[in-house]
Amino acid sequence: MRGFLHGLVRLRRGPWEMVASVLIATGVFMLMQPFALWAYSWSFLVTLTGTVMFIVVSHFPE
Amino acid sequence: MSHLNMDSVARATPRHLSRRIRGLSDRAIAWVFVAPTIFLLLAVNIFPLIWTIRLSFTNYAANRPNAEVQWIGLRNYERILSDPDTWATMQATAHFLFWTIVFQVMIGFALAWLINQKFRGNDLWTTIIVLPMMLSPAVVGNFWTLLYQPQLGLFNSIVGFFSGADPTSFSMIGDVHLAPWSIVIVDTWMWTPFVMLICLAGLRSIPDSIYEAAECDRASRWRQFWTITVPMVLPFLMLAVLFRGIENFKMFDLVVQLTGGGPGNITTLTSIELKREAFEKWRTGYSSAYAVILFVTVFGLASIYVKALNRVKDR
Repeated sequence: MRGFLHGLVRLRRGPWEMVASVLIATGVFMLMQPFALWAYSWSFLVTLTGTVMFIVVSHFPE
Repeated sequence: MSHLNMDSVARATPRHLSRRIRGLSDRAIAWVFVAPTIFLLLAVNIFPLIWTIRLSFTNYAANRPNAEVQWIGLRNYERILSDPDTWATMQATAHFLFWTIVFQVMIGFALAWLINQKFRGNDLWTTIIVLPMMLSPAVVGNFWTLLYQPQLGLFNSIVGFFSGADPTSFSMIGDVHLAPWSIVIVDTWMWTPFVMLICLAGLRSIPDSIYEAAECDRASRWRQFWTITVPMVLPFLMLAVLFRGIENFKMFDLVVQLTGGGPGNITTLTSIELKREAFEKWRTGYSSAYAVILFVTVFGLASIYVKALNRVKDR
C-alpha cells in the first residue's frame, strides 16, 4: 500500500494507471447497472475522467 | 523478375521527378510514402470523430440542413443520461454482452479442446462447426425467426421434446422474459466457432515437449490443464473476448432481423437505439452525443483490457 501511495506521489505510471482503470471500470458498471438512475447519470463523467486520465498517465515514467 | 520490374519502373519515372526524389533525404522519402495513409486516416477516422463531438453540443438535424443550428452545450448529454428508456437499452446491451461472452468462451474453449484431440475426421468437424460464422447475419436472423416459430419451429419442438412442455405454449421472440435470451442463443450459435478457432490456434501453439516434461514429472491431466493449457491459451482467449466484446457492443443487424428490438424495447440494444435516433427521428445532435458516450465507454474498456492482455502475454 505504501509503495502504491509512493508511486502516486512520484507520478509513476503503474499506480496511476491502476486508478484510471478503476475509474473506467466503475464508470462502465454505473452505466449498465439496473439499480440506481443517479449512478447511470454520473457514469459518463466517471468513465470520461478515467479514460482521459488513462491516456495522460500512460505517458508517465515507469 | 523483381529487378526487371524495378528497372522498368525506374526507367518509366519522368526525369524531372526522379531528379527531385534523388534530392530527398531518407526521412523525407519515408514521409512521402506514409503521408497518403495518414491523410486517409485523418479524413476517414479523426475528422468524423471531431465533427461528431462538435455536433453533440448542437441541436443539428440532418434532414433539415438549412435550419439554424444552435449551440446547446451539454443538454444532449443531460437528456441521454437522465432518460430511463436509454438506461434500459444500456441494461439490455449489458445482458447481451455479458451472457454471449460467457457462453461463447465456455463452449468455444470446450470445442477447441475436443477438436484438438487427434481423431478421425476432425477436419470435417471443424468445417461443419465453422459454418454458422460464414453466414450473413441477415440470413441467420431470418432462419432463426423460423426456428423460433411456436407452431412449426424446430427450436420449440426440441425444447418441447426434452422438457415435456407444449411447443406452442411459449414464444422465444414474443415473450419479454425469453426474447433477451433468444438473441443471446443466436449470437452464441453464430460466433462460438470464431472463439473456437482462436482457442484452437492457441492450443496448437503449445509444444508437445511441455506436456511430455509434465508427464515425466508425473503431473496429472488435471494439473497439466491448469498449469500448462490454460495459462498458454489465456492470451488467445483474451484476444477473442476483446474482439467479441467490441463486436457485440455494436451488434445491430442480427438483432434487428430477429426481434426488431422488441417485444416493446426489451431487446433494443444501444446501436439500434442510436440508429433510430439518428435516422428515424433525425435528432443528429442528440445521437452524436449518444455515439460519443458509447465511444468513450468502448475506448476506456478496450484501453484497460489491452493493458491486461499485455500483462498476461509478458508473464
